[in-house]
Amino acid sequence: MTTTAAPQQPQPAPIVPDPTPTAQPFWDALAAGRVDLQHCAECGQWVYYPRSRCSACMSPNLVWETISGAGTLYTYTIARQPTTPAFSEAPDLVLAVVQLDEGPKLTTSLENVTEDGVRIGMRVKPYFHRAGDLTLLRYQPA
Amino acid sequence: MGLRGDAAVVGWAEWESERKHAGVRAFQLEQWADLAASALADAGIAAHEVNGLVCCDLRESTDFVPATIAEYCGWRVNFAERVDLGGASPVGMVWRAAAAIELGLCDVVVCAVPARPRPRPTNPRGPRQDWLTTGASSNEWGSPQAEFDIPYGNIAQNAGYAMIAQRYAAEFGWDERALAKIAADQRTSANANPLAVFRDVPLSIDDVLASKVVADPIHVLEIVMPCQGGAAIVVTSRDRAASTRHRPAFVRGFGEHLAYKTHSYADDLVRTPIGPAAQQAFAMSGIFPGDIDACQLYDCYTITVLLSLEDAGFCGKGEGLEFVRRHDLSYRGDFPVNTHGGQLGMGQPGMAGGMTQVVEAIRQIQGRAGERQLRRADNVFVSGTGGIMSEQSALILQGA
Repeated sequence: MTTTAAPQQPQPAPIVPDPTPTAQPFWDALAAGRVDLQHCAECGQWVYYPRSRCSACMSPNLVWETISGAGTLYTYTIARQPTTPAFSEAPDLVLAVVQLDEGPKLTTSLENVTEDGVRIGMRVKPYFHRAGDLTLLRYQPA
Repeated sequence: MGLRGDAAVVGWAEWESERKHAGVRAFQLEQWADLAASALADAGIAAHEVNGLVCCDLRESTDFVPATIAEYCGWRVNFAERVDLGGASPVGMVWRAAAAIELGLCDVVVCAVPARPRPRPTNPRGPRQDWLTTGASSNEWGSPQAEFDIPYGNIAQNAGYAMIAQRYAAEFGWDERALAKIAADQRTSANANPLAVFRDVPLSIDDVLASKVVADPIHVLEIVMPCQGGAAIVVTSRDRAASTRHRPAFVRGFGEHLAYKTHSYADDLVRTPIGPAAQQAFAMSGIFPGDIDACQLYDCYTITVLLSLEDAGFCGKGEGLEFVRRHDLSYRGDFPVNTHGGQLGMGQPGMAGGMTQVVEAIRQIQGRAGERQLRRADNVFVSGTGGIMSEQSALILQGA
């Protein structure tokens, strides 16, 4: 494998989501540079992605709490071909699943990494990627 | 718990896998009827005897699919089911048909999956299908995939399966030659299958490893080739099966398991849903992995086969690479897997891809596999996989 330096300036996000009311606090927090996660007041489960009910006990008593956003790289791949035409301007995208310290896993992609520097199990921290009106929760080495 | 084993698959029809269908184009509704008629004729069952049907989607109709098919085929059915389990659908169709028969709802059920192209409309209308641009994920507002997966480029199958493989490598180690051997062994079988898209193209381990990496660590020759085709089967009761034309393949056990759509939300990405599904199928049938004469394992990627061998219980967890190195998986081998070449060798005719595994199991049980016929094919294990190994079904068929 060759080592390529990641671009200094991230590509603009080609697909920007349209937030749902349930998840709006999550997106608002990202815009403010925070990661807010739902926490179940009944069973203590941390919930991601945002939901109207707890994914462990189905309680509607979910409370938003600010977390560090730190986590561990659970798995990743480097997409040598764009996964969809919208991403054709972002070659060798490092797609990832990160497990938050609180437990839940999330879909993301990595920034500020080299190919040889990615290791499953490595510590990662949020990379707040401003994309228009929205901020995406991408990750980078901690 | 479960089936008594009193329903059997007794007939089938399978179209050749083609990169591009060479014949006249027909609507999927017409294809459904053609496949059904062929499968009924194969079984020796008359069309008027059909009183159940199981389908997937139909390009001509977004809703009311079973009623549209019943109306078109002229059937009066007591059982109609539409299965929505991606590549696991064909296996899911078989057990649903068997369960309905054992419940006494019906006694002749047709399951068909057409996958040839339709005629092109002279006046195209309607929006472009979402999955063409966003994979099998929904980009509708309010879909969790639209809000939390698609924006990161985490779309379609290749990257997801690659992330499963990377995680496997981190936990258990990796041997790219063993993975490539799965594709090469299956190709040996495809070379003996006149319906396979790669029937005339041999494949070595080195060929696989020389092909380009699409998403680390997956080479393009470890991925199925999209094809066109289609298949159907007929399931019936033990009584009716007694006077059909070929050896019945009884549905002795099944299992199905799913817990997530997007692989990011799996509790454990390398302990796959085929585990609980196969466990249930074996327990229901009273048949053990050691009793199985052949495995027809859904093989969208080589990693799918590796994990299915482990999690279905044919070898221990983490021992799959060694298992593949030690056994010849071709139809000539000591542990036959995907004797038709699998979808890696035969091609993946869309949603009918999983039906190739079902049909090959029946074909082997019925002794109709020609050059690649196994000496003994009484108990055959079949798996189906949908999504990113997120929904899986297991089936145990037995010749009697």
